[in-house]
Amino acid sequence: MTPLDYEYLRKFLKERSGLDLSADKQYLVESRLLPLARKAGLGGIPDLVQKVRNGDGRVSTDVVEAMTTNETFFYRDKVPFDHLRDTILPALIQARAARKSLRIWSAASSTGQEPYSIAMCVKEMGAALAGWRIEIVATDLSQEVLEKSRAGIYSQFEVQRGLPIQMLVKYFTQSGDIWQLNSDVRSMVQFRQLNLLQDFSHLGTFDVIFCRNVLIYFDQDTKAVIFDRMARCLEADGTLLLGAAESVVGVTDAFRPCPDRRGLYQINPARGAQPFGATMFPGLKVAAAR
Amino acid sequence: MRTCLVVDDSSVIRKVARRILEGLDFQILEAEDGEKALEACKRGLPDAVLLDWNMPIMDGYEFLGHLRRMPGGDQPKVVFCTTENDVAHIARALHAGANEYIMKPFDKDIVTAKFQEVGLI
Repeated sequence: MTPLDYEYLRKFLKERSGLDLSADKQYLVESRLLPLARKAGLGGIPDLVQKVRNGDGRVSTDVVEAMTTNETFFYRDKVPFDHLRDTILPALIQARAARKSLRIWSAASSTGQEPYSIAMCVKEMGAALAGWRIEIVATDLSQEVLEKSRAGIYSQFEVQRGLPIQMLVKYFTQSGDIWQLNSDVRSMVQFRQLNLLQDFSHLGTFDVIFCRNVLIYFDQDTKAVIFDRMARCLEADGTLLLGAAESVVGVTDAFRPCPDRRGLYQINPARGAQPFGATMFPGLKVAAAR
Repeated sequence: MRTCLVVDDSSVIRKVARRILEGLDFQILEAEDGEKALEACKRGLPDAVLLDWNMPIMDGYEFLGHLRRMPGGDQPKVVFCTTENDVAHIARALHAGANEYIMKPFDKDIVTAKFQEVGLI
């Protein structure tokens, strides 16, 4: 790949997905795009880049998806789900006792393991949430991973990474080496395509937002804008969960860390509400939705 | 350092498991069937047992029953590691006192995840 092609791809990916690739990530681009070029019957990455330059919609979408689809697994990092079960849901059950409804958003849900882990946590609450309306909304940029997510079908390797064996037996049906989540769990999650760079106010307001291990690929300004917009999508007593290596500190004052609960954040009451439109993306041209 | 007894009639599997578990800071003991594993447990209970199902002389399921009836035999965390990959076998193993279950083939990520799940890492 020529330096010019790499620079073009960096700019293209930043505009389309917010992915902020540093100058030394050429190897990453090559490792992910070479299989794509071969699959498309092209001679190599230069031909792939040319198709993107020519405005080939299918190839452009495939390039974005190849670069932004990231590995995940059930109950990833475990601790956030312990918090969900032990503190977040019990507190919300008390706080929402009158309306008996909860909304949870899994932003950048990849192949579905995170929203389905949330759904299983909710199921495990049993009688405490009986009769409640629980909405779990899962979004991702990639249509391909959303289709896999909706099917709820996972390989033997995928179901063994993070998923306790008791939960596998309880919530999945086996077909040879393939395991499918039972329909009662699948039906708890609504999957929708969404680019976090674009407006997401239409999703409504949530009690809990999982946004883990995705903003690390964005630059600081983009992160700050997304955090500010997420703060407006979160109930005043809601909780934002970030990845173990992520933080709002030094990026935004819209949230503040929850004491003694790493990775959990709440709306910062010291900060006044920001008007809509105050935090768009200056200088960042966002491509039209696919 | 925590100890793990690796029970499998395949020396190749024992070697692969040893390499993975030593990387997770376990001291490894090995046994090639359930009977030898039981003798090892009588000498001293390990913290964990990585246990194959199908083995000559005494299989893993029978070993687990003997282990759980031993004084202190409820303490070791037992993780089956077997080609018996159907729900019926998994349910039997859990009912007999297994803590986790690995379906072969396995890799380091799976072993790590399962040992984390039972609180050994």
